[in-house]
Amino acid sequence: MNDMHGAMTSPKVERWTRQSAVFALSIAVLLAVLALGPFIFSAGFADRLTTLFVYVILAAMWNALAGYGGLVSIGQQVFIGLGGYALIRLSNAGIPLYPALILSAVLIGALALPLGTLMLRLRGAEFSIGMWVLAELAHFIVNLDPLIQGETGTSLRALDHLPPAIARADNYWISLALMVLLLGAVFFLLRGRTGASIQAIRDDETAAASVGVNVTASKQIMFVLAAAGCAAAGGLWLATTISYQPHAFFGIQWTAYMLFMALVGGLGTFEGPIIGAVLFFLMESWFGASGVLYLIGLGAAALVFSLFLPRGIWGTVEQRFGVRLLPVGYRLASK
Amino acid sequence: MNFLNQLLQGALLGGFYALLACGLSFLFGVMRVINLAHGSLAVLAAYWLMTFCNMSGLSPFLGLALMLPAMALVGWGLQVAVLNRSLKAGPLIPILSTFGVAIILDNGMFETYGANSAALGPFIGDLAYGSWSLTDTIYVGQLDALIFVAAVIVLGGLTLMLRYTPLGRTIRATADDPAVVELIGVNPHRIYAVAVAIAMVLVGLAGAALGLRGSFDPYAGGPLLIFAFETVVIGGVGSLWGTLIGGIVLGVSQNIGAEISPHGFLIAGHAVFLAILIVRTYSWGGLRFPLRRAAA
Repeated sequence: MNDMHGAMTSPKVERWTRQSAVFALSIAVLLAVLALGPFIFSAGFADRLTTLFVYVILAAMWNALAGYGGLVSIGQQVFIGLGGYALIRLSNAGIPLYPALILSAVLIGALALPLGTLMLRLRGAEFSIGMWVLAELAHFIVNLDPLIQGETGTSLRALDHLPPAIARADNYWISLALMVLLLGAVFFLLRGRTGASIQAIRDDETAAASVGVNVTASKQIMFVLAAAGCAAAGGLWLATTISYQPHAFFGIQWTAYMLFMALVGGLGTFEGPIIGAVLFFLMESWFGASGVLYLIGLGAAALVFSLFLPRGIWGTVEQRFGVRLLPVGYRLASK
Repeated sequence: MNFLNQLLQGALLGGFYALLACGLSFLFGVMRVINLAHGSLAVLAAYWLMTFCNMSGLSPFLGLALMLPAMALVGWGLQVAVLNRSLKAGPLIPILSTFGVAIILDNGMFETYGANSAALGPFIGDLAYGSWSLTDTIYVGQLDALIFVAAVIVLGGLTLMLRYTPLGRTIRATADDPAVVELIGVNPHRIYAVAVAIAMVLVGLAGAALGLRGSFDPYAGGPLLIFAFETVVIGGVGSLWGTLIGGIVLGVSQNIGAEISPHGFLIAGHAVFLAILIVRTYSWGGLRFPLRRAAA
C-alpha cells in the first residue's frame, strides 16, 4: 500500500520527452524541405509525392475513425466521391479551383453532421456495412446528374489554361498544406479534452461512458473530421487525375487501401498511419503493375495483421520499446 | 397490371434475398460476427458449381451434393483459421479480418476465372426460362418459384432445428452465453465451428441460386453482401421469418424503382433501407437491431 502511494506521488507527468522534442524538430526540418519540393525535385518525383500526401491524409482520416473512434467504415469512399463531385460542381459554377476544393471539403463535412447522427446509431459491423450502403447510394445519385453523364464521368476543366508545371507545383503545395493541416487537426484534437475522451472510448466504450465521457459527441467530431478530410483527399485526387469517373471515386478499393495503411502502420497511434501510407506507397510503386495479385497481397496483409499483429508496425514498436515520437498522450517519468 | 406484375416479381426476388441473408443472420445470431466475406463466399460457391458442371457435364443440382459439403469444410476452416482468433481480439478485428478474406476471395476469383461473367442457366435446360402464365401479362418463372420455395424451406428448417433439436438448443445456449455452456460440458468453439459450417452451407445454397437465376462475376460479392445485410435490417423482427419479409420488401422496392427510372432499381432499394433505418432510429427511441436477436 505504501509502495503504491509512493509510486503515485514521486514521478512527474510529462508530455514532451527529449526524444519527442528532437523528433518534432526533425519533422519541422523535413516539412521545410518538402515545402521547397517543386524547386528541388524532378517533376515525376513531385507528382509521386503529391500522391503520397493524399494517401497520408486518407490513412490518418480512416485511423481517426477506426483507431480512435472504434468505427470501421468500409464506405468511407462516399466522402472521397462526394468531395470530387462537389469540386466538379463548384468549379463548374465558376469558383476558382483551390477555394472550391476547400469549400467542397467544408460542405461535405457539414453534410457529415446529419449523416453521422444517423450512422452512429449503428454498432460495429452494422456501421461498417451501413456506410457502404451510403456510398453506393451516393454513387448512383451522383450518376443521375447530367453533368456527370453516368459512369462516363467528366473532367475538371479548371486546370486547362494553366501550364502543366504550374498546375503540378500548385497541386503539390495544396496537398502538402492540407496534409499538414489535417494531421495537425488530429494531433490537437488528440491532445485536448476530446482526445482524452476519444482514447477512453477506444479502450472501453462502456467504461468511458460510465465516467461521464460524452461518447456520441466525441464520435461525431471524429466522423465529421474524417468526412471532411476524405472529401479534401477526393478533391486533391481529382485535381491531379483531372477526370472524374464515379466508379473510380466511389470504389470499394479505397477502403482496402485505407484499411491496409492504418492497420499495417498501427491503428490508434498517431504515427502508424503515416508509416502505413509510406509503406503502401512503396508497395504500389513496386507491385502496383501486377494488378490483381497485388490486391490479393493487400487483402492477405490485412488478414495477417488483424490476426497476428493487430497493433500494427508502429503500435508494436511503441509497446516494445516505449518510443513516443509525437506526444499525444501523457507519460510518467521518474525523476 | 404491369404494377401488379412488378409486385409479384419483386416478391419472388425477395425469396432469393431471404435465402442469401439467412446465413449472415444466423452467423451473427450465434457468434455476434458479421462476416464481410459473406457475398464473396456465395460467389465462390457459384463458381464451384460451374466448374463441376463444366467438368462432369452433369446437372448443377447433383453438384450440390459435392459443393455443399465443401462449403461446410470452408466454414470449419474459416472458424479455425480466422474467426476463432478474431473473436478473442476485440470488436474491430472480425470486421478487419473478414474484409481481408473478401479482398483475397474477390481478386483470387478474378485471377482464376477471369473477368467474364458466368452463369449456370445453360446447364438446366428449360427450367432456366420456363414459366407459368397467371394472366396475359403476369408470369411466374419456374426457377424464381423454386428459389422462393427453397428459401421458405430453409428458413422453416432452420427455425425448427434451432427450436426442437438438441443441436439447436446447444447452439442457442452458446449464443446466449458461451462461458456458461462451458460449465455444463459444451465446448463453445466446437459449437461455433458447427454454426459456421451450417452458415456456409446456407451460403452455398444462396450461391447456387445466384448462379441459376442469372449471371455472376468475381466482384459480385460486394453487392450481395449489401443486399443480404439490407434484407436482415429491413426484416427487423426477432425471428428468421423476418428475413423473408425483409427480402420481399427489398425486392419489391427495387422492382418498383426500376419501373420509375433505369437507375431506380438500386437507388430505391438503398433508399428504402435507409428510410427504414431512420424511422426505426427515431420513432422507437433507439435502434433495436434485429440481428442481435436473430437466433433467439
